[in-house]
This record gives sequence, structure tokens and C-alpha cells, in this order.
Amino acid sequence: MNAAVLQPTEQVLVQKIQVKNLNFYYGGFHALKDINLEIPERKVTAFIGPSGCGKSTLLRTFNRMYALYPKQEARGEIFIDGEDILSPRQDLNTLRAKVGMVFQKPTPFPMSIYDNIAFGVRLYESLSTREMDERVEWALRKAALWEEVKDKLKQNGTSLSGGQQQRLCIARGIAVKPDVLLLDEPASALDPISTGRIEELVHELKNDYTIVIVTHNMQQAARVSDYTAYMYLGEMVEFGVTDEVFIKPKKKETEDYITGRFG
Amino acid sequence: MSAVVTKVQGFAQAAPAALMSRTIPDAGLRKHYRLDQLFRHVTRFFAFLVLLLLAGILLSLVIGSLPSIRAFGFGFFLTSEWNPVTEQFGALVPIVGTLVTSAIALLIGIPVSFGIALFLTELSPIWLRRPLGTAIELLAAIPSIIYGMWGLFVFAPVFATYVQPVLSSTLGAVPLVGVLFQGPPMGIGVLTAGILLAIMVIPFIASVMRDVFEIVPAVLKESAYALGSTTWEVVWNVVLPYTKVGVMGGVMLGLGRALGETMAVTFVIGNAHRLSASIMVPGNSIASALANEFTEAVGDLYLSALIELGLVLFFITFVVLALSKLLLLRLARREGRMT
Amino acid sequence: MNLYTRRLLINRFNLAVSLLTMLFGLFWLGWILFTLFKAGFGGLSARLFLEMTPPPGSDGGLLNAIAGSLLMGAAGTILGTPIGILAGIYLAEFGNRGWLAPVTLFINDILLSAPSIVIGLFIYAVYVITVGHFSAWAGTMALALIVIPVVIRTTENMLRLVPDSLREAAAALGAPQWKVITFVTVRAAKAGIITGILLAVARISGETAPLLFTALNNQFWTPNMNSPMANLPVVIFQFAMSPYEDWHKLAWAGALLITLCVLALNILARVFFQNRTATY
Repeated sequence: MNAAVLQPTEQVLVQKIQVKNLNFYYGGFHALKDINLEIPERKVTAFIGPSGCGKSTLLRTFNRMYALYPKQEARGEIFIDGEDILSPRQDLNTLRAKVGMVFQKPTPFPMSIYDNIAFGVRLYESLSTREMDERVEWALRKAALWEEVKDKLKQNGTSLSGGQQQRLCIARGIAVKPDVLLLDEPASALDPISTGRIEELVHELKNDYTIVIVTHNMQQAARVSDYTAYMYLGEMVEFGVTDEVFIKPKKKETEDYITGRFG
Repeated sequence: MSAVVTKVQGFAQAAPAALMSRTIPDAGLRKHYRLDQLFRHVTRFFAFLVLLLLAGILLSLVIGSLPSIRAFGFGFFLTSEWNPVTEQFGALVPIVGTLVTSAIALLIGIPVSFGIALFLTELSPIWLRRPLGTAIELLAAIPSIIYGMWGLFVFAPVFATYVQPVLSSTLGAVPLVGVLFQGPPMGIGVLTAGILLAIMVIPFIASVMRDVFEIVPAVLKESAYALGSTTWEVVWNVVLPYTKVGVMGGVMLGLGRALGETMAVTFVIGNAHRLSASIMVPGNSIASALANEFTEAVGDLYLSALIELGLVLFFITFVVLALSKLLLLRLARREGRMT
Repeated sequence: MNLYTRRLLINRFNLAVSLLTMLFGLFWLGWILFTLFKAGFGGLSARLFLEMTPPPGSDGGLLNAIAGSLLMGAAGTILGTPIGILAGIYLAEFGNRGWLAPVTLFINDILLSAPSIVIGLFIYAVYVITVGHFSAWAGTMALALIVIPVVIRTTENMLRLVPDSLREAAAALGAPQWKVITFVTVRAAKAGIITGILLAVARISGETAPLLFTALNNQFWTPNMNSPMANLPVVIFQFAMSPYEDWHKLAWAGALLITLCVLALNILARVFFQNRTATY
């Protein structure tokens, strides 16, 4: 799947997100230590590592989701398209409109399927009914959910199955046309068939979006991503092309994790 | 070996009674078993007492109302005349008064309670949440007679001097709505009672709202924030619809309390058996009519009419409170299923 | 003004309104407490506790009313608490099968919030009419009927909080169920149950309506429970609604007394509960 990217230097890679000297604290606990990282545009980057290594924490700095909680603090710089999003001047709402997120647990809003998708769009765009209908259909098609729900758009979002709900959340995230899509273990609550569908989805979406996916499932990372970052205890241990990281890792710690010497 | 087995079985409540006492060989164990049964029956009796109490209340009120029911029939609810001398009694004024004061209480109380719940769950700094929550609960702890005294001696005069003239001249002049605000600024009356009730039910509704807002899963709120929503948008579009069953339950609880509130309303409603379109004039509620007139009621029909009023009040509050409970139970069941 | 700016303004506006409602609630609390202290404090003197309720125009105190409230309150609590605890035990420990427990809990919660004047009406119809006169016993019964639902609710809640592992440990030693409940489970929930009793007492301290047509009122003092007895809430009601200035003063002093009692009991219940609750 990633054969075309074995020689990264042949393609001109635009770095969408640049993390510089990032440190993160939960109260007194130093959760992320001096992270430096560059996430390429329109590729899938996976964060892997054992529980508690900080991969979700790092993901959540990209849309400053931690700002909801007073004791959590990030220091350093994160540039998205050249702008430091950690700066106090950065408007959180517009950031989050540009950087979307899908969570581990499917979270359909208590409203109809149509309104779920339209909710985010209505925040930032004034569309006519016809334009909104088109956008909803487009988002649901992209999320491979349209055929299954096109006749029941008025039904409540919670009436769908788990896998469908998660695809609804992905459609909701795409509908606002963000630049970056953050996926926090999107398939971990789903059965293998739904998981497979989500992985296919990610593969298609990367043509249009920069995707960062956190997963505790190494095989999933190997299947889905172009680049992989391995983290351990809050530190970025290794980052590189997925095939290289998995087949010929540069660091011994990476090799130990990948070969299952510890979990 | 068998002694151990029967000991464990005695605790499991599984075997039928007759079989048990025949199969327990040990006299000491049999005694324990009988004590267990006795304990269970005694406690069950006292639990059953609650149901008996409810039945007793209903029965006694119905029996006490019979003379009045026989004398006035269904017209009791449609007549506004209340004359102890001619023994003509009609419940229209107290019933309307009860409903109107409660409606005013909810009209003011629901938005304010929502605002307080919103503040406590989203805006307030963490260290302030407990003390502020306690302060609001203190409002609920203040006995209603205190509210009554404060309402009569402090609030009503201020209301009459500063607020009522303004209301009559502004809202009173508006066509249609204006008819609600006619009347001399006396301070006491239906509107004052309604405002007092609003203050009294706010802690109940706000507490329930705050409790249900707090159990909204963080992931759901984060999903809305992740799309770039503002705090208000998250609360209005996600939290409120998610908790709407619980919110309804809280509102019904507040309504149930407002309907039955006696002393505070008695002090400020003015005790006038007169129906009026304006809410700024004295009126009556069922509870205040009972409080004011019961001990001086002479004559069986008078007494019976008052008891029938009490029956009506009990019935209305029972229905409202039952609805509230059902809604809150439904919410609890759904929460249990989802977690 | 574009969409985004409007959204931000709406957000800020609504959050400001929310702050205002919080202040609104605190404002009333402050005003009521302030008035109460200002009007009642002057009346708090030794005389309040030493002299009987006076006829209009002369000085006096609230001794008989205070004594009556204490007596009926204590009697009502003593009458209602055991019933409430035993019923609560049934609902929590035996309530898993059958219909009695869920229905009773449901009804109990409704009775908890039902108008207390109806309780007074009930006792009047059932007892006062039967014996032919108002009495402190009638008042006691009415108060007990208010205590019972509160105690049932808190007892049931507290017993349910006790983890099953505790019950199983006791049963595994061979204890019969009644011993498990009384010696282990109830003991573990003791702090919570006592808190419930304190809250019930706080509740009946301020209740007027149930006493209006049961104990009525008495200008004098008699320890005879079979006759009408003076009590603080009804005396306050009578004095406040009268046109006499000195009666008003006494009413405020009495109101302050009741409020201080209720607040003290609530705080005591809260502090007691937090200090004594065992952590598992």
C-alpha cells in the first residue's frame, strides 16, 4: 500500500503541521517531553505506542481540545500552515473549524442524521436548503454512509449501529471541509467489519485531507498510514515512513515495541 | 457438611418456606430462620404503611368531601362564588389562583434555573461550584413561613412602591397583555405570590438541571467543541436536548412544589375570593384558602367544601409529582443502559 | 456583521445572562437573610426564652411556643424515625423481588414533596374529628408523617450505598440475614441515616401548615399533650398577620430563631456526614 512512498525525497512534501519543542503538563505531571515533529500534508500519519505514552495528548494539542480543562497546559510551538496555534491570539473556534476531530467513542448528537451533519456547517456557512442538502449528501457519500441512511435522514442519529454512528461522526467532521482530520482511535470501539470500512475510508480521505490517526493497534497503523511516529512515556522516539519504521526501525526501543517484547 | 449448606441457603431466600423449616435439622438454625422471617415481615409491614398512608389520605379526603360533592356536584369547579353565609361554595377562584401563581412561578423560575445550572456547570471556577451550589440549596431550606413574612413586610411594600407603578404604566398600556397589569399598586396579590413562589422553586429546578447537565458525557461535548462551537452552542444544541427528559422531570418537581406551597402564598396573596383578569390584584389559592379559613369554618358544608378543595389540591400535585418521578426514572434507566 | 461575529456575541451575551441569574438567586438569598437578621435580632433577648406569649399590647416572650415546638418536634421525630428506618431497611434489603418496594419508593418520593397542608387535613379528618378537639398528639402525628418519607428516602439511599461485598462477608461467616442487616449493613450506613434524621428535623422545624389544624395554638403553656399546644410557626403566623406592632416584633424574633435552627441543623448534617462517612 505504501510502496509509492519508499523514497520520500523524490516527492516534494509540504509539511502541514510543525511541532517545535512541545511540552505538555497535566497539572504537575510532565506528559509530553520536548516533542519535535513534522506532519506532511495529505498523508496519513499514525501515532503508536503503549498506553500512557502521550499519543492522544499530542493529538489533542493540534485542535487545542485541552483548553477546555483548566489544569492542562501546553508550552512550545505548533505551526499549522505557518501559524502558531499555541499563541494566545489564536482563535479556538476557527482553529477547530480547520482541524476536525473524531473520537474513540461514537458521539452522535441528539438530533436527526441530517442535523448532525448540518450542525457544524451551519456554524460557519450560510447555505441555502438545496446547498445544505448537497453538502450533507456529499459528506455522507464520502463517509460511505449515504446508501444506508439516505431514506432515513430525519431519524435520530442514535438509532444507527455503532459502526454507522462512527461513520456519521466522520461525515460530520468532513462536512465542514477542514484541512486536517484528527482520528483518536476511531475504530477501537467497533467490530472488525466496521473497522475495515473505517480503514478503507481513511485511505480514500487522505487524497483530500491531512490525517493524523492515533491507534493502539500496530497492524492497523501498518495497514493505514504513510508515516508512523512511535512514542514512549511522553517522548517521540522515532518518526519515519511506515514501512521503514516497521521493517527496519532505527531505534532499538521501537524494535522492541514492534516485535512485541513489551506492550 | 450439611449444616454449612443450609446456613448458606438460609441467606439465599430461594427455597420456599415450608420446605425450609422441614429441612433444617438444627434447632438453633431454625430459630435464626424464624427470626429472619419475622424481621422481614415487620419491616415489610412498615413499608406497606406508606401505601396505607396514601390510601388513607385519599379515603379521608373523599369521605370528608362527600357532603360538598353531593351539594354542588361538578359545578363546584365552575363557580366563583364563595359565600359562607348562604353556604354557596365554588372552587373556581382558588383553583385559578393556584394555577396562575404556579404558572408565574415557572415562567420566571425555569429560565433563571437554567441560567444558574449553566453557570454552575460551565462557567463557574471549580472552587466556587460547591459553595454556590450550597447557597442555592439554602434557598430551599428556608422555611416557607419566613418567605411569607419577608414577602409581606419587606418585598410587598418595595414591590408596590417601585415596581408595580412601572408595570401598570408600561405593560398595562399594551393592548391585550395590558389587562393583566391593571389595578392599584397594593403590593400583595397574585403576581407577588407568583414571584415569591418562583424564588422558592428555583433551587429545586436548578439542582435537578445541574445534576443532569453534569452527567452528559464529556466526549459528546468535546465533539461539539471540536467542530468549533461556542460554549453556548454546545449547551443549547447538545447538552439541553440530551438532558431534556431530566430537565422536564425537574420542572415538574418545581411545579409540584409550587402548587402545594402554603404559608408563603397565604401571607401575600390577599385572600380575596374574587376572580379578576389582572394578576396585580389580591386573589386566592387552594392552600391559602385552607390555611386562612379552615379553623374558623362553621358548618359542615363549609368544612366539607374546604376538604374538597384539599382533595383537588392533593390530586393535582400527586399527578404532577408522579409525572416528574416517571420522567426522572426514564432518564435514570437510559443512563444505566448507556453506561 | 458576519456569522462568526454574531455567534461570538450571542455566546458572550448568554453567558453573561447566566452569570446574572446566578447573582439574581444570590441576591434574594442575601436580602431575605439580611432582613431576617435585621428585624429579628433586636428581639433576641433572654426574655424571649423566659416569658410566655403575651396578649397584644404587653411585653412577653415565646417560651410556650418554643417549648411546644421542641416537645412536638421531638415526639414527632421519635414516632416517625423508627417507622422510617424499618421501612427503609425493607426497601433496600428486601426490595429486589416483587412489586411492593418499587411502588412504595415511588409513592414515598411523591409524599415527600406533597403539600404538607394535606397531611394536616388528613390528621384532622381522622383523629381530631374523632376525639373532638385539637391536641398536641395530633400535631405530633402530623409531624411524624412528614418525618417518615424523609427518613425512608435517606435510609434507603444510604443502605444501597453499602457495598454487597460487606454483606457477603458477613453472610460467609454464617450470620443470619437479620443480623447481617442490623449489625453490619445498618451500622455501616449509620452516618448517612443519622444525617437523614437531622434533615428531617430541620424540615419539620419550619413546617406551619400541618400544625394549623392539628395542634392549633395555645396562649398558655400546658404539658398536656391532649390539648392544643403553642408552637413557634403557628404563633408566628398569628402574630405576623395581626395589626399589632409588638406582636410583629416577636414574630420576627421567632422567625430568626427558626431559621437559625434550620440552618444549623443543615450545616450540622452536612459536616457530620462528611466526617463520619466511611470510605471503602
